[in-house]
Amino acid sequence: MLERTSSDPVLRLEGLRKNFGSLTVTDDVTLDIMPGEMHAIIGPNGAGKTTLINQISGIIPPDGGRIVFGGNDVTALPPDARALSGLARSFQITSILPGFSVLENVALAVQARDGSSFRFFGRAADETVLNAEAMTALEQAGIAERAHARAGELSHGEKRALELAIALAMKPVLLLLDEPMAGIGREETERQVELLLRLKGQVTMVLVEHDMAAVFALADRISVLIRGRLLMTGNPADVRADPQVVAAYLGEQLE
Amino acid sequence: MSTTLFLVQILNGLQLGVLLFLIAAGLTLVFGVMDFINLAHGVQYMLGAYLAVAFYGLVGNFFFALVLALAASLLFGLLLEFLVFRHLYDRDHLDQVIATFGIILFLNHAVRVVWGAAPLTLPVPEFFTGSIVLMSGLLYPVWRLVIIASGLAIAAGLYVLVTYTRIGMLVRAGATNARMVSALGVNIERLFMIVFGFGTMLAGFAGIMIAPIISVEPGMGDNILILAFVVIVIGGIGSIRGAFIAALLIGLVDTLGRSFSVDILRLLMGPSPARMTGPAIASMLIYVLMAVVLYVRPAGLFPTRGR
Amino acid sequence: MSGVTLAAPKAKHAVAVRRDIILPALIFAIFALLPAIAALTAKQYLIDVGARMMVFAVAAVALDLLVGYAGLISFGHAAFIGLGAYAVGILSAHGIGEALVALPAAILVSMLFAWLTGIVCLRTRGAYFIMITLAFGQMIYFIATSLAPYGGDNGLTIAARSTIAGWPLIKSDRAFYYFTLLCLLATYVFCRALVGSRFGRVLRGGKENSVRMATIGFNVRRFQLVAYIIAGGLGGFSGFLLANLTEFVAPAYMSWQQSGELIVMVILGGVGTLDGGLLGSAAYLIAEEWLSGITENWKVIFGPVLVLVVLFARGGLIGLGSWLRRRVAHA
Repeated sequence: MLERTSSDPVLRLEGLRKNFGSLTVTDDVTLDIMPGEMHAIIGPNGAGKTTLINQISGIIPPDGGRIVFGGNDVTALPPDARALSGLARSFQITSILPGFSVLENVALAVQARDGSSFRFFGRAADETVLNAEAMTALEQAGIAERAHARAGELSHGEKRALELAIALAMKPVLLLLDEPMAGIGREETERQVELLLRLKGQVTMVLVEHDMAAVFALADRISVLIRGRLLMTGNPADVRADPQVVAAYLGEQLE
Repeated sequence: MSTTLFLVQILNGLQLGVLLFLIAAGLTLVFGVMDFINLAHGVQYMLGAYLAVAFYGLVGNFFFALVLALAASLLFGLLLEFLVFRHLYDRDHLDQVIATFGIILFLNHAVRVVWGAAPLTLPVPEFFTGSIVLMSGLLYPVWRLVIIASGLAIAAGLYVLVTYTRIGMLVRAGATNARMVSALGVNIERLFMIVFGFGTMLAGFAGIMIAPIISVEPGMGDNILILAFVVIVIGGIGSIRGAFIAALLIGLVDTLGRSFSVDILRLLMGPSPARMTGPAIASMLIYVLMAVVLYVRPAGLFPTRGR
Repeated sequence: MSGVTLAAPKAKHAVAVRRDIILPALIFAIFALLPAIAALTAKQYLIDVGARMMVFAVAAVALDLLVGYAGLISFGHAAFIGLGAYAVGILSAHGIGEALVALPAAILVSMLFAWLTGIVCLRTRGAYFIMITLAFGQMIYFIATSLAPYGGDNGLTIAARSTIAGWPLIKSDRAFYYFTLLCLLATYVFCRALVGSRFGRVLRGGKENSVRMATIGFNVRRFQLVAYIIAGGLGGFSGFLLANLTEFVAPAYMSWQQSGELIVMVILGGVGTLDGGLLGSAAYLIAEEWLSGITENWKVIFGPVLVLVVLFARGGLIGLGSWLRRRVAHA
């Protein structure tokens, strides 16, 4: 295996294409995500951002192009294989295990990478190593005090935090965040932003978001997706100023 | 193995296929549009046969009996829909399976109570009795030809209905995404009722048509129901075209398999082991076919839900 | 470390375990005492009925594992019972009546069938799965009816109950009853452990949200296949017991109606509880005994009862019990 230098991209998308019938949702997207960066993807609703994330995480197969993760072509790999090689994601529409406790939701994420799960004896819920790591992730996400609550009973904001905790517990190489601020209030948004700022540099992150204040506070680089096509990639100042981007998207976003 | 026997069995296979299509069509539509597993579809078929016998006893004429039995079938199906099925559309598949299983138990034994357990018969309508000569040496029962012809006619009619009419378009749309259709303002409940009623009538019709050539008895719908499931699984849930092709395929494979398995095996092994394993292999054939198709195409040959 | 300790789940768990054990302990106690009750009331047939309940309970508990915990609605579970039973029958027909051969054979054949069909079934989703398991069950049924040397449609009588290491230890009805009780206990304990284990947790997670589980790194299908094979093997175990109970095997053991009855047992008891498998098989067989005494066509009554259970008492007997307990607590 090649020694990965810090100049090799963590994730490389090459000519990614996806059509739903005659509708082109991902239009020849080529993008490099560099190690340690916080890379935001912005664009109007229907631009295909979530579809892009779904293809990267392996839930939807692309119709063309390649996805290279950590130097390996993962285009044909199922989502579980990608997860085990360090790719974590949070979902735009909260996707947790509502019947399990908050702690177990995260402990399962730890369990996936902790040896074999084909163990038929011994209560998994009592495994102290798994629980300890899960608690650490819950503390990072700021909901440790809800560890023993049933996940389905959490408030919306707490569930978003749980999504993040689950992703963090996977000790990912790349973290895909699909609209983590969606539907949560100002205070919780600030907390999330703080948390992500603390994570910056430790984990490479791809952030899909509509909240422009958060995006400009967090992003090292921003890519703009319009109707499935990548319009431009650049640092926040350049993107903000680009007339095409302003016309197509940012014009309405900024006051 | 003579050509005549082979041709006769091909016709028999077509007849079984057409019958399976009539039953599977209703099943796959209900499934596709309402996401509703209806195990009780087989007893609709059985009920059609029993009602035909009952009405024939009253009116003495097959065609009046057919019309009356169809109407009664439809009425009964709608009653079931209103009383039970309607409350299950939102439930998960397990609930639907158990509830419709309960209806099978109820009806299989209810017909026993009403008509007794002994098999009943229905005479072939006068005009269609006997056999005709299709080619030299090939004699085939007229009524079976009538079944094949009516089944094909209905298939053609359904195709036209589903492809060219507005209701057909709604059904196809519903099979792809029922919630969307509802959101677009279509009265989804009425659509469900129409689809369900139609499916019920098809199954009842199949039962009525088959009644003159088989014995009408409790439980006659059970085995054919499972065959119908194999048909819609192979054809693709929600697809009429898939049901048609799969039904004919299964009808032919099963009939020809059962008739010629021993003969074919005798070419590979001695007559005695062939006679022993032949019937067993024949019964396995369509399930192996199903397994092969599903392994390659887990959503069937013509899946309606795009993904 | 924050103030929230890891001790809390243990404390809650300790209380939960205490309550969890009461019901199954009660059920097993009743089963254990049944022969004594039978002797006291001079109703010897109770031993036969009780043994039947336990034999089907083994299969029902295994089915609950699939339906209630893995979310796999298998409508072909009776096939495994039939395979296990026929393993005993066929071996017996060839002069082999030893349990140490027949039992492993029964379980292995069932697991093999589960593996081969599971590979196909699990490639499909939801409703397809139900229909395909139904179809495969039917396939085995038809194969059995066409086995002329082994009785075909009419079935096959078994010369005698299996010997254990050559000894006729389960020949008497009482001895067989206690043997079956031990088998059921072992099955129940195994399934309980399984459900709380790492493996069980992945299964349960997969049932609740398979996409989430995949993106954490679990190939849920692989776990489901293993669960399917385990449940199949337990079904074969049940078949071994059934063949020994009745000293007879017939294709009817693997009819789809029998598969349906197994699911009914699971639902009657309460899906996803394991205890439901115990209660449900007992409840179903009691209902069968009682109602068939009233009328031969008792299913005319039972059918609508099932529909009502689905519509109004979805949690089965255990669900009913929790509901009553809550009403009493609030009274």
